[in-house]
Amino acid sequence: MKQFTDKTKKHIILMILFAVSAFSLTGCSFSEFSEKFNDNFIKEQRYQYILDGLKNTFIITILAGLIGIFLGFILAVIRVTHDKKGSLKILDLVAKLYLTVIRGTPVMVQLIIIYYVIFASVNINKILVAVIAFGLNSAAYVAEIIRSGIMSIDVGQFEAGHSLGLKYSTVMVSIILPQALKNVLPALANEFITLLKETSISGYIGLSDLTRGGMIIRSITYEAMFPLLLVAFIYLVLVVGLSSLVSKLERSLKKNER
Amino acid sequence: MKDDNIIIHTEHLNKTYGDEVVLEDINIDIKKGEVIAVIGPSGCGKSIFIRTLNLLEKPTSGDIYFDDICITDKKTDVYEVLPKMGMVFQQFNLFNNMTIEKNITFAPIKHNLMSEEEAKEKAKELLERVGLSDKGDAYPSQLSGGQKQRVAIARALAMNPDIILFDEPTSALDPEMVNEVLNIMKELAKGGMTMVIVTHEMGFAREVASRVLFIDDKGIKEDGTPIDVLDNPKSERLKSFLESVL
Repeated sequence: MKQFTDKTKKHIILMILFAVSAFSLTGCSFSEFSEKFNDNFIKEQRYQYILDGLKNTFIITILAGLIGIFLGFILAVIRVTHDKKGSLKILDLVAKLYLTVIRGTPVMVQLIIIYYVIFASVNINKILVAVIAFGLNSAAYVAEIIRSGIMSIDVGQFEAGHSLGLKYSTVMVSIILPQALKNVLPALANEFITLLKETSISGYIGLSDLTRGGMIIRSITYEAMFPLLLVAFIYLVLVVGLSSLVSKLERSLKKNER
Repeated sequence: MKDDNIIIHTEHLNKTYGDEVVLEDINIDIKKGEVIAVIGPSGCGKSIFIRTLNLLEKPTSGDIYFDDICITDKKTDVYEVLPKMGMVFQQFNLFNNMTIEKNITFAPIKHNLMSEEEAKEKAKELLERVGLSDKGDAYPSQLSGGQKQRVAIARALAMNPDIILFDEPTSALDPEMVNEVLNIMKELAKGGMTMVIVTHEMGFAREVASRVLFIDDKGIKEDGTPIDVLDNPKSERLKSFLESVL
């Protein structure tokens, strides 16, 4: 087996501590515990609520993440091009307005407005609504991350491209963006982790995500602690796992720089 | 402006930033084969001057002609003209995400000046010329300052330019690396390359330049051979400037 790094070890210990303290919170003997566990998760295949919810959470997070990166990327290039060249005035204004509105209102409000106002009269798949809402929201944050990445590239890179007669678009695509994206990859990955946690409000539009799966079990068994702690535990495992991937990524990027 | 030998010609060139005038009424002819050293106190506008020639700085008013093409005219496609003017920067500005070879071959291939094989062949040749034939696969971050600047010169040469502009090419180098760059520039000058060099290296200017410009207080104040300008300065300003740097 591969040797765990100190950080991973710490994470595993923390998670075990979490599980143990959760168990002691229930304040019941082992037989009571196993009975309640059976009641909440095994009986009538109630674990299925968690699994289905988890599946939906994954779908929403991944698709919304893709929309966020695609749209965020376009927004960032519009803003930077305006700042550097003074062109694209109207598009820049639209982008600025978009960023202000999206970053200035809670994502939950955006989600319910998109579901109850914008798609009020059409019968639309709730997952699609969530993907759109979280995708549009994430795009605003991704845009600012990528923009900061582009702005951090030395202006000399643009100038060298210009001096060789390369067009702005060529310089942007072949020289600036590869460097900028590499610099902001960890920040983008962190944004993805935030997105994963934010999807937990999907229940507000009646969508069965992971969190809502726990809530449904609670409403059946009248037992809050077991399902909700399990939900929290699953999020924790996912986030810690993704975070350790991000730090691995950061390390390997640093190594490449030399 | 019928002289075939004139490669760059400026007319009433002005550059201002807001209210501040940086360059005022610059009129100059640069002839093919000339090696021009541009000297002057820091902040005098000599870097702005050389950066204006390839439009890194847009002149506020006035015209620049390159080979009789007015490049300040909005109708001119500057991307047709810029490949013929190379530039070497103080901070090297190699493309950090590309290998040394790719740094050299990228622009010529993009401009369809040569095929990929030809470009690679040319890069090999140029790297040999600047003494870095083993560095083709390295990345800029693995090179010393002097090596980076030699690659930057190779990158400019790969475009087969008619002129190369040098903006303080040795100012960011450790002292022991200055000569390796200056020697390559000397070779270029001997080979007949037209060069405009903003520099603080007075010894180099005296040895290599065919013409020296002294820029001070927004304009070209003295213009002549190294002997005229460096040994027989006319103005008090130039005299005190030369005293301060020598």
